[in-house]
Amino acid sequence: MKVRLRIMRDRLKPGRAAQMIALVVLALVALASLFAGFIAPSSYSEQFRDAISAPPSARFLLGTDDLGRDRFARLLYGTRVSLLLAPAAALLSTLLAALIGGLAGYLGGRWERYVTSGIDLFLSLPWLFLLLAARALLPLNTSPITSVAITFLLLGCLGWASPARIIRAGTRTLTNADYLVQARASGISGFRLFSRHLLPNLRPILLAQFWISIPVFILSEANLGLLGLGVSEPLPSWGAMLRELENYTAVLQNPWMLAPVVLLVIVVGCLQVVLRTEDQIPC
Amino acid sequence: MLKYSLDGVPLLTRGATLCRVHDSPARQQGDTSRVVIFATALLFALTLTAQSTNELRFCLRGDPKTFNPLLVEDENSETVLYLTGGVLVRLNRYTQELEGELATKWKVSENGRRIDFELRPNVLFSDGTPFTCEDVASTVRQLMDPAVHSPQADAFRSANGPTESKCTGPSSVMARFPAPVASLAARFDQVGIMSARSAHKESAVLGPFTVAEYKPGTYLLLRRNPNYWKHDSNGKPLPYLDSLRLDIQQNRESELLRFRRGELDIVNKLDPEMYDRLTAEMPHAVVDAGPSLDWEVVFFNQVAGAPLPEYKRRWFRSDEFRRAISDAINREDICRVVYRGHARPAAGPVSVSNRFWLNAALKAPAYSVNTAQARLQRDGFHRSGDALFDRDGHKVEFSMITNAGNKLHERTLALIQQDLAKLGIQLNIVVLDFPSLIERISRSFNYESVLMAFTNVDLDPSDQMNIWLSSGAQHQWNPNQKAPETQWEAEIDKLMQAQAAAPDSKQRKAYFDKVQEIVAEKAPMLFLVNPNALSAVSANLKNVTPALLRPQIYWNVERLAIGSKLVSQR
Repeated sequence: MKVRLRIMRDRLKPGRAAQMIALVVLALVALASLFAGFIAPSSYSEQFRDAISAPPSARFLLGTDDLGRDRFARLLYGTRVSLLLAPAAALLSTLLAALIGGLAGYLGGRWERYVTSGIDLFLSLPWLFLLLAARALLPLNTSPITSVAITFLLLGCLGWASPARIIRAGTRTLTNADYLVQARASGISGFRLFSRHLLPNLRPILLAQFWISIPVFILSEANLGLLGLGVSEPLPSWGAMLRELENYTAVLQNPWMLAPVVLLVIVVGCLQVVLRTEDQIPC
Repeated sequence: MLKYSLDGVPLLTRGATLCRVHDSPARQQGDTSRVVIFATALLFALTLTAQSTNELRFCLRGDPKTFNPLLVEDENSETVLYLTGGVLVRLNRYTQELEGELATKWKVSENGRRIDFELRPNVLFSDGTPFTCEDVASTVRQLMDPAVHSPQADAFRSANGPTESKCTGPSSVMARFPAPVASLAARFDQVGIMSARSAHKESAVLGPFTVAEYKPGTYLLLRRNPNYWKHDSNGKPLPYLDSLRLDIQQNRESELLRFRRGELDIVNKLDPEMYDRLTAEMPHAVVDAGPSLDWEVVFFNQVAGAPLPEYKRRWFRSDEFRRAISDAINREDICRVVYRGHARPAAGPVSVSNRFWLNAALKAPAYSVNTAQARLQRDGFHRSGDALFDRDGHKVEFSMITNAGNKLHERTLALIQQDLAKLGIQLNIVVLDFPSLIERISRSFNYESVLMAFTNVDLDPSDQMNIWLSSGAQHQWNPNQKAPETQWEAEIDKLMQAQAAAPDSKQRKAYFDKVQEIVAEKAPMLFLVNPNALSAVSANLKNVTPALLRPQIYWNVERLAIGSKLVSQR
């Protein structure tokens, strides 16, 4: 028995324990959103017009919104949308940034100058108009699911420039590191040097950019609603639910409206703990 | 203003006395200079304060585009024109009656083509130039000059041809238009008279205030016109206020916050959510003046050349289909849920507040899914499972666009979406930025249906000519028709032209009643609600008589006064 306990204690070192807790929380959130249809007492789109802006009760666990829709059901279904698509968009933008910024830093010289100028140009472009044009090109009868997928794809494709700058700078610092000099001396070069020796060491920067991007994309999705992009009614998303918080006096009176923020913080925090702990464990 | 400067003196004396009592004699001489500095600073501060005490403060949502009264197009310039411009006649926003301002009498003749004004004597422009008949004649000539492109002139242009305008006596003037103009006298409510002789032109005004300072993007300061001709019943010159400070502020939340802090005296056009929030905090400050003249409407694209599938065009052109949609929309719920009770279901193009022109026999369509289903069945639609199909087997699904950023519209659409789902119709909600929306509904016609708000500024139906005439650019569902495409549109054209030309207002009303009946029967536009006119007014503002017509709170600006409590606070 003592031996067994010792094994468990050894396994649950502080970093591991936090990671386990974070994983359990994330799994619970993911399962809840996945089985929203069973857990939520009503549909996310059903309007209970006799119970508008109702406070939490046994019938509505987180009350109802200003159209009488069950906030709990919307939070569960919204989690499904945001938890899947925001990290996907963040992953896409981070990969693009790693490729463009990493190569620029690795190759150096004129390539770096070209890419840096390209990044500056990209950041200075009025993307608002591109997004408006994108909305104009979309057919009007686009389903809410397609609309939200396109939105996050656009966010992923447009969000690489700022991280690319940071990654380029990080790569420049690493190119003169001892282990890279040694690798070069051993005859390793080209793509192998970049992918096997440089990229893995950029991991902390890449992860940081990835984590930063998730909440940014969730909020951007809410703001894109103003341009006619984003999640269209009646599909819920965290971003759309966060828009309710613009009414700050209502938030003070109805603190349960903060539920999507709380969930967002928990999820992003847990993801960070899981991957940071992972990062600390030697590969 | 003088009163508050004087009030400062005893306060200043008290302050100086207190200093002397508590100071030691040894330091008395050195401190005297401190007291003098303190007193001077206090006097300066009090003078500054006193200058702004009798000042009304509210916000404009943007910069006025022009100060030229003949080029006013936007709402902000319109506000400035209302506060500074002198007009011959004014529609009393409260009684809805026409009243003489710079004209004491007027007579419309030649079947509505000619108008003669008798002018008020001894009136001066703000710069001291006398007001004469030549000023009126010159203003009318400029107004109708095609080179000026005056938006106000559209109301007078019922036909091509020259306009005549001249003095007919020392204090009388006439204007003759090429064709009869409906409600000719009332049209002059929007025409600010400009000086023909003053060197200052636009800045020489006949209204209660003059533009004193303008800092683009920040504020506009209007000062009392010292030569304003009106006096109150006690012979005291009007306006009571010394100045108006119009801060340029787009953000509604900031505007509300500033009102709550007492920095603003009026908030015009509150949205229902803000109104309810303010009601909880400051119940005496909110004003619900009742249903406004504005419309919230839905219409379908019926343009022949629009990029739509033929079967959808057939749906949208079907009277039964449109009326079925109208019957399936729960207007009471829109009023209650979206507008929080601050709106009224609309029966047609005339709000219940427009007492004279309302066709009282018409009622807003009652919400009935069964009636809607029956209409759709008669039109060949059938239900299969959860979906509705037309006679050719096409699933009934269409999009409805609205302008982004308008929460009321977004919520209304969410309600309509659920209402139509009961019929098996899938409604796709699309929010677009306003320019894209306008582009789609007026140029590319690449849309299926739209939810929009129309702001109505005039009681008279002639103001709606551009919407009801089939040739009109704002005949939104099918604009710019060379000849009316349907029988009923031809009938509306005829009735609108007849009402515009009829000299007798009862006859005009009879014609327009018929127009309202046709609109209710054919449902080219589905009138949803008339939102209430909601505002907030400081409890210390006196003589406030909220009206339904714009500008709801300060329509009688010359009689508004700041209460003593607010003055002492400031």
